[in-house]
Amino acid sequence: MTTEAPVRVEDKLYQNRYLVDVGNAHIKVKPHTKPSPELLALLKICPAHCYELNSNGQVEVTPDGCVECGTCRVLAEGGGDIEWSYPRGGYGVLFKFG
Amino acid sequence: MIEERFDAIVVGAGMAGNAAALTMAKRGMKVLQIERGEYPGSKNVQGAILYADMLEKLVPDFREDAPLERHLVEQRFWMMDGKSHTGLHHRSEDFNEEKPNRYTIIRAQFDKWLSSKAQEAGAIVLCETTVKELVQDAYGKVIGVITDRDGGQVHADVVVLAEGVNGLLGTKAALRERPTPENVALAVKEMHFLPRETIETRFNLKGDEGVVIEAAGTISAGMTGMGFIYTNKESISIGIGCLVSDFQKTGETPYGLLERFKKHPSVAPLIEGSEVKEYAGHLIPEGGYKAIPQLYGDGWVVVGDAAQLNNAMHREGSNLAMTSGRIAGEAIFQVKSRKDPMTKENLALYKKMLDDSFVIKDLKKYKDMPALLHIQSQNFFLTYPQLVNKALQNFVRVDGTPKIEKEKTTIKSFVSARSWGGLFGDAFRLARAWR
Repeated sequence: MTTEAPVRVEDKLYQNRYLVDVGNAHIKVKPHTKPSPELLALLKICPAHCYELNSNGQVEVTPDGCVECGTCRVLAEGGGDIEWSYPRGGYGVLFKFG
Repeated sequence: MIEERFDAIVVGAGMAGNAAALTMAKRGMKVLQIERGEYPGSKNVQGAILYADMLEKLVPDFREDAPLERHLVEQRFWMMDGKSHTGLHHRSEDFNEEKPNRYTIIRAQFDKWLSSKAQEAGAIVLCETTVKELVQDAYGKVIGVITDRDGGQVHADVVVLAEGVNGLLGTKAALRERPTPENVALAVKEMHFLPRETIETRFNLKGDEGVVIEAAGTISAGMTGMGFIYTNKESISIGIGCLVSDFQKTGETPYGLLERFKKHPSVAPLIEGSEVKEYAGHLIPEGGYKAIPQLYGDGWVVVGDAAQLNNAMHREGSNLAMTSGRIAGEAIFQVKSRKDPMTKENLALYKKMLDDSFVIKDLKKYKDMPALLHIQSQNFFLTYPQLVNKALQNFVRVDGTPKIEKEKTTIKSFVSARSWGGLFGDAFRLARAWR
């Protein structure tokens, strides 16, 4: 199990259809110096790998590939780490099968 | 934006929202349904299995034109370890009946169809529109919604919140709490396309027959969760889901788990050579009876996943959604027919009708199960599957070891893993939670 190659979720997201609302990110990470445990958990749990650490050790979000599951909202909105809203009508992920 | 006033606004065009809109429109009510996706179903994700009975109550002749994939003739339950699975299979020719009981469906197509039935009945469906907020009067009564369209405020006597498990509106208006990490599972799913003959050969099917596999065990890495494999006409839906709190604890990635499930020697041959056309992620309400929020108030009711109405033990989500939506629609219609206002007292009828239905009765039966599976997840999803698979392998492998010694080895492996007290305790707790 330890020898398995890392899974590239980007290849999976490539199959999906999106209409990205450029300049209107529907998820925002609140400015912070040291990430909370909840924010750090998002690096792994987000099924679209939208969360990454930047070079300063802060958690950043790029919600272009977001599948709108709400997992990050359940984990991190309560503590004030992130702001969550749905994309504007018609934007975001467009499931062909669902 | 639409200027007029509606009898009811339904937020969301999933199973619950469509059922509510259809039920009310059929009875002549003026219904506006608002959906943020491009079309009804374009934001919705499910396994997906459809149970016929609950849909028949909405659309009696649905088999004539509903987009159904395969009717199910076989159900497999797998208990897995890293290399093996031990299964319970049920297959019956009885399921090849004139009006089959269960089907696989593809939600994006199915929801579009069910929505067309609501529209034929007179409901107005407004897509590509996100509801941003509920409008409440000075006394807190919900009187409408604000959408993201220009001048996007609409009023109605009652708002049906069918906004799904991650429903923001109800939380924003403090009508219910945000789901907790213990009460929701994160599931990821892929759609694998194969020629239909290949699917039929691999799963031993003819025509439109289908098979579903539900799998638990070491594939969830000790977390409370399940994998699934459902056959559609020309595709296989494969996915895995675990509690968000467990993912948080283990640091496993959902896609890593899915890849491991797909590579398991019992699974890999079933999807070999397939073309993946979609990857989806979605939350599933898993808290059961104890997680059900306040279901109604002044000018509003909440239905489906947003109300945590999901029977995880029987994998019944969408039919509880359809049923709660239908019941909400019927209750609202009754209140309206009496010319009564949509107050909290009057809308309590929805809760009463839901309590009398299988929806709440079933959830009540398993009210202790979510907590048990959660606390005991290491035992139920790691230790026991390994023990069972080892025991079965020991039983079937013939190697000259006297059978009495084989039996002793198996019993010893169970006792050393869980102790006699642990084994009886687990059995007792499971039996009690099941009752």
